[in-house]
Formats: sequence, structure tokens, C-alpha cells
Amino acid sequence: MRVLAFILGILWAASAAAALPNEMLADPGLEARAREISKELRCLVCQNQSIDESNADLAHDLRLLVRERLKAGDSDAQVLAYIVNRYGQFVLLKPPVEPATYLLWLTPALAVVLGATGIVVYMRRRRGIAVEPTALSAAEEARLKRILEEREA
Amino acid sequence: MRRHLLFILPLLLFLGLAAAFFAGLDRDPHFVPSALIDKPAPEFALPALLDDRPGLATADLKGRVALVNVFASWCVPCRLEHPMLMRLAKDGVELDAIDYKDNREDAKLWLTNLGDPYKRVGADVAGVVGIDWGVYGVPETFVIDRDGIIRFKQVGPLSADVIQDTIMPLVSQLSK
Repeated sequence: MRVLAFILGILWAASAAAALPNEMLADPGLEARAREISKELRCLVCQNQSIDESNADLAHDLRLLVRERLKAGDSDAQVLAYIVNRYGQFVLLKPPVEPATYLLWLTPALAVVLGATGIVVYMRRRRGIAVEPTALSAAEEARLKRILEEREA
Repeated sequence: MRRHLLFILPLLLFLGLAAAFFAGLDRDPHFVPSALIDKPAPEFALPALLDDRPGLATADLKGRVALVNVFASWCVPCRLEHPMLMRLAKDGVELDAIDYKDNREDAKLWLTNLGDPYKRVGADVAGVVGIDWGVYGVPETFVIDRDGIIRFKQVGPLSADVIQDTIMPLVSQLSK
């Protein structure tokens, strides 16, 4: 039992990661929203971490800011827009779908389409060879006949 | 003939990728394009850091081309940058500053020891105004035009090259 409590304690601590106890909001609903928003925002100091995971000073300030905006009654989208207005689209870990990012979002689909087209073309060509053997020309016909006759003789 | 073209395709793809990666070698992955370029400087008003010098507010940045330097006494690259700022001040360039997330006493000591190139210094102790300016790594330096629009942002210490090739030409162009 004590071991279980210990393990649960460690798991809880690990899941709490960088959102420090003194940063958390008293309202569990708001706090849950704050955590979700924080996971979508890039920490600009360490770039490949979200502000929820990072221990950078700026990440701490931004976590507090997110919570302040929520307390002030902002919607999730408004909080994200507030940060994007100051730091640009780059802070969003998941880039929005817009003209500048079409290539980024459509590349996987393009790759699938290209690959599928390649396979279809390849299969067709192979089937074409297998199913429709071209008839022998008169000269080939004559040569075949000659070879067969030679073997029989 | 068409077969041959098919064999060249992977080579072309490789060359394209190689060119893209080669071009990427020179780019700094930590550079973040500022969202504030060509936008008005944020509304703010910071108290003065020093007793004999005013603080900094949005109104101070209008009606002239302004340079705003964001620094902190705890920031190592700022120390590297400081002599450049001193030289600019000596050349008669007006510099304003935001002291970002700093201990007041440390910042005062910094200016006493290293020299004070600034005309106005606002103290952003909580770092809230810094966030409004999109500051993510001190030092940063902004060029603001007469209408209070941010025209340029330098992230990281100013070098002699950046001052000579980018900042000063921009300032004189905006001052016309």
C-alpha cells in the first residue's frame, strides 16, 4: 500500500512537470484549460518544448499570463491570439492551416497521391505485358517453325 | 528515352534537397521573426529605474526615430553589447532602454560600473511589458519610426556590422 502511494506520488509529480504548485489556479476547470493551452504554446527560449514543460523563466511568465487571461474571462482562442499577437505564429506548436502553411500540411497527402499513382502506373504496365502478348511477326513465325523443325529432325 | 528520364528523377530530387539543406546551413534556427514589425509599439508606461532619468512610455517614442534597447544586468550577452551602446551614445545617438526582469540595485550598479548610454530607462521588474514587446531573449533592440511603428528588431547583441549596415542606414532613412 505504501509502495503504491509512493508510485502514484511519483507519477503525479511527473505529470505536474513544470506547472509549479504556486502557479496553479484554484478553480480546477480553469486550471485544466490553462494546462491544455500551455501545451500548445512553444517556449521561445528552448523552442522544442511547450511552455507547460519548460523551466525557462519566460515560460513561467507566460504560464502566469495564460492563467491571468483565463481569470479575466478570455476564451481559449482569445488567450492564444493574445500570445500570437506578441510572438507570432511561431509560438503555436501546431501551425494553423493557412496559405503560408498549405505546403506543410499537404505534403503527406501529396506523397501518398504520388506514391499511389506510381504503383498504379507500374501495375498497369506489368499487367499490360502479361495479359496482351503481342502476336509474332511473320518473320518470327517462320523462325520459330524452322527451330522446331530442326529439333524434330 | 523516357526510361532514362525516370532514372534522372532521383538525382534531381537529391539535388533539390541538397540545395535546400545547403541554404539552411546559414540560417539560425533560433531566430524568430518578430510579429511586431510594421505594427505600432505596444501601449506601456514604465517607472524610472534611475532617480535622475525619466522612465519610458509609449508617448516618448512618438515624433522621432527611436532606438529602444532591452537589457538586464543578469544577461551575459548584454555585457558584450554594452561597449557598442556606449559608442553609439558618444556619437550622439539617443538610446532608450527597458530594464527587463531585473533587480533595481543590480541594474543601477551595472550602469554605474559599465557606463550609462541611455536617455530614458524604464524598469520592467515583472517582465510584463517585455511580453507585450515580444521579448524572448535579451538583449533585443528595436527601431521605431516617427509614427511609433516598429520597423526593425535585433535579437541578440548589436555588433559593429549590424549597427553600420542595418541600424544606422535605417535610422537615417526614417529620419528624412
